[in-house]
Amino acid sequence: MRPFPLLGTPEQMLRLIMAGLMLLALPFAVSAQEGPMQALLQDHAEIIVKNSRKTIGPAIDAVAASGLPQAQDVLQAWQAKEIWQRKSDGLFFRGEKLDSKTYRLLDFDSGADTGTFPKNELKQIKPNSGIRALIGTALVQFQLTDPDPARRSAALTSLERDPEAAALAPLRASIDGEDDAALKARKLRLERLLTMAFGQGDAERVAAIRSMSGDLSVDVRATLNPLVTSTRRAFAGALPRDVNIAKALKPGSEGFTQADAYALLVTQSRAPAQVTAAEVRDALAQNISGGRAGGIPVAQLSDPARRLEAYDVLAEGGLAPPRVSPRQKAEAIAAHSFADVYTEPSAAVTAAAEQALKGISTRVAVSQAADLTLDALSLASIYFLAAIGLAITFGVMGVINMAHGEFIMMGAYTGYVVQQIIPNHTLSIIVAIPMAFAVTFAAGVALERLVIRWLYNRPLETLLATFGISIALQQLAKNIFGTQARPLTSPGWLDGAWVVNDVISISYIRIAIFVLALIFLGVFLFIMNRTRLGLETRAVTQNRRMAASMGINPDKVNMLTFGIGSGIAGIAGVAIGLFAKVTSELGSDYIVQSFMTVVVGGVGNIWGTLAGAAMIGFFQKGIEWLNPSNTLAAQTYMIIFIILFIQFRPRGIVALRGRAAGD
Amino acid sequence: MQKTFVSRNPSVLIFLAALGLFTLFVTIGSEAVGTGLISTSFVKTLGKTLCLCLAALAMDLVWGYCGILSLGHFAFFGLGGYMVGMWLMYERTRDIVTGALAEAPIPPTDQEIVDAIGTQIFGVVGSNEFPLIWSLADSLVLQLMLVVLVPGLLALVFGWLAFRSRVTGVYLSILTQAMTLALALYLFQNDSGLRGNNGLSGLQNIPGLETVPQSVLSVWFLWASALALALGYLLAVFITEGKFGSVIRGIRDDEARVRFLGYPVEAYKLVIFAATACIAGIAGALYYPQAGIINPAEIAPIASIYLAVWVAIGGRGRLYGAVIGAAFVSLVSSWFTGGQAPDLPLGFYTVKWVDWWLVLLGLSFVLVTLFAPKGLGGLVDLWTNRRSPDRHGADLGPGPGALREQEAAE
Repeated sequence: MRPFPLLGTPEQMLRLIMAGLMLLALPFAVSAQEGPMQALLQDHAEIIVKNSRKTIGPAIDAVAASGLPQAQDVLQAWQAKEIWQRKSDGLFFRGEKLDSKTYRLLDFDSGADTGTFPKNELKQIKPNSGIRALIGTALVQFQLTDPDPARRSAALTSLERDPEAAALAPLRASIDGEDDAALKARKLRLERLLTMAFGQGDAERVAAIRSMSGDLSVDVRATLNPLVTSTRRAFAGALPRDVNIAKALKPGSEGFTQADAYALLVTQSRAPAQVTAAEVRDALAQNISGGRAGGIPVAQLSDPARRLEAYDVLAEGGLAPPRVSPRQKAEAIAAHSFADVYTEPSAAVTAAAEQALKGISTRVAVSQAADLTLDALSLASIYFLAAIGLAITFGVMGVINMAHGEFIMMGAYTGYVVQQIIPNHTLSIIVAIPMAFAVTFAAGVALERLVIRWLYNRPLETLLATFGISIALQQLAKNIFGTQARPLTSPGWLDGAWVVNDVISISYIRIAIFVLALIFLGVFLFIMNRTRLGLETRAVTQNRRMAASMGINPDKVNMLTFGIGSGIAGIAGVAIGLFAKVTSELGSDYIVQSFMTVVVGGVGNIWGTLAGAAMIGFFQKGIEWLNPSNTLAAQTYMIIFIILFIQFRPRGIVALRGRAAGD
Repeated sequence: MQKTFVSRNPSVLIFLAALGLFTLFVTIGSEAVGTGLISTSFVKTLGKTLCLCLAALAMDLVWGYCGILSLGHFAFFGLGGYMVGMWLMYERTRDIVTGALAEAPIPPTDQEIVDAIGTQIFGVVGSNEFPLIWSLADSLVLQLMLVVLVPGLLALVFGWLAFRSRVTGVYLSILTQAMTLALALYLFQNDSGLRGNNGLSGLQNIPGLETVPQSVLSVWFLWASALALALGYLLAVFITEGKFGSVIRGIRDDEARVRFLGYPVEAYKLVIFAATACIAGIAGALYYPQAGIINPAEIAPIASIYLAVWVAIGGRGRLYGAVIGAAFVSLVSSWFTGGQAPDLPLGFYTVKWVDWWLVLLGLSFVLVTLFAPKGLGGLVDLWTNRRSPDRHGADLGPGPGALREQEAAE
């Protein structure tokens, strides 16, 4: 039996003692090999641990300016709350969490693993958000010169989003060393923008503003606009000379009434507030005694004049603040002068910025007009696409097909179904277009054979019968596909937009629709003017009997023509489904506009349909531009306009004359 | 010897008797009388149906008799509803507001009451001020005049523009459809002054009649609707039977010929268009207090087309046809869509009528148009043994009125 079982053998005891000595010696051992960064941190240990935004500055600056390669790591770790201080010796390390209780500490200078420690022996440095922002600013200079272009780009992006004065110097410093041309251009541009906002001295800033004044980009405008923001202020007596005045205001003038002026005085606590009707009521309500308020019976206080009388009595008695008389108001206004004052103190800068903005706004207006034209063109091509099938069935054949919209819907749903079977979007669209044509062609032929041919000389009844078809088809689609919108995804190469500058851009889908509309126009013209079917269609439309006696089978021609008109509607459906939601109401959204397009353009002439679509598209976009918040109003006004337009040209823009007119 | 009005139009007596019997039956069966055979909500449905019949009557006058297929008459119907709804909502809100303000220590001024009503009514569209169009809303008499005047004036202006430029046939139909679409889109805006897509609500509560239970109110409205329908029917018969009726039927059959005979076709069309708009407005004013709510979706183009569908299925060109059509289709429609119709199991698929009713309606509409252009009213012809001429062969002349091959051979 051993004498000291608890202490173990002498060898074991010796080892224990050695270990204890080692532990004691550890701080000294580490400080002996303390790296430069650790030394630097230790110099500022007090303020680092104090963790206050007000005092932390020197520590961050010291790290950032140390020129040590590990400075960036330290700052990043600091920002990410990964710095831990060892309580035993006060040294700072990067802490890596192993589990909830233990952390591995890594030395900043050597990167060496210094062992794992329980959490209660460590203290985490938790910088608050203000300090993290300071660290972030300090980090910018490292990120801007980071060897990794992706990180440089990310730093630029964050600066562009959130420009700050402190970044200007490191940004300038990093420009010369930049070897990536694209990044260098971005840096130069950002440097100009930052100089505009934060540059030293007016001359530098004005020069920067001048140099960027031809630029339409949103970021330039976003930088310039804060420079010219102004606040409305009132000054006692004359306007002071030491403020940068945008515009002196005269009370009672347009846009700045006497009431505005007084309200401004009240908000700046330069005049007593006017007593509102609600305050009068509340004051009276608080001072009711014996069925009277201010000496006037409560029952009479439904009269506003009596209320004021009663209130004045209260005010004289000191129970309520007195009312401001008109004379007092006028005096208060006369004693002050009013002006819009720039937030930016430098007059030279604001003048340059105003001038630059003025130039930019002119150019932006031109660009906006171009963009609007593109939009209108795209809308016109959508209307044209929706209406071109109708131009055949209604325009050429004179058949009112209220189910035309449902053919568009059918085409869109065909596209959706095809996409369910063929997952490749490009291929599925290529398949969907002929499929949609086939489906709606068949539907059109069936409709013509079963319903329309019995009603050729009864147009109103055609309208009603096809309307019956329309509601049946709509409900059928609802039953099959449900009420929620189905996606018809466009192929990847149609994603995105063609961007000319920050103002002018148009999505590729819209360009594709425009091209499709042009193709349809060509196909229509070709079929009608160059093919036998077109000839026969025109013959049958003009004089059915004469055509029949020339050996044309009018039934067959009508059937085919109607089928083609419907088929084109199906293809239009695929195109419309690409940008609109595919629902069972898709068709009915377009049917009235489509008929309008054909009627406005002039029945029986494809150029008329084109003109009608262009007119409606441009007109609608124009109204939307005048009143951008309200597309409903735009549609209302457009329809009213069309109703009025038909007053002046009842037969549409391109009216057929003579025998071709039919009736 | 001059025949009396009734003996010239025997259908009037039958119609009025049937309507009277129907009203009596519903009154006796209603919860108000106590038998409770017919629930209050169904009494309301029947009352609403009578209003729809009146609107269909107007539609039949303008389409079946004058040949103007207006796809916008439901807009007039809705406008009538809006006009009466404004008064109902204003007065009711005022009652509530004055009730609430009476609690306050100081009696409210008139301006405070108006402001509070404005906040109540327009708070939902983020406003609290009364638009100009509400300036008459506090007067029942004026607002009831607007029920007739607003649809009438709109019809007058629109009709004048359209008829003056000789827009006829399907073009006119599309134009009227555009009109109602424009109106619906306009009313959908929040700043239209009529509460945007929230519409006007709570219309079933009649100010001043709070103590009257809904079961009694519904019967009163049924009576009012029946009376309006009866008067409307008499007016329609009166309009159509005389010279005026002959001229408008002539316009329907051949507008150019009537014009060449020296009649001012446009004036006739305008009168009938505006008059039917007024009738539709009155029908709407009676309908919406029973429905309780009106919003712009009610006057979407589809509603006006349904009006045409009712008249077509009932049989246009005969007044009782329109009434039968509207009553039949709207009641059957509410039966099917209300989920009361039994499902139809086909073995592989169960037809749920809630989903399939519209398909059935659409197709039956096509069939009626194709095979029974006289509609349900044509059944009366079978009964009275009246036949249309049995003509065969292709027509020889330019139009359907010309001699046909067989007739020429005889």
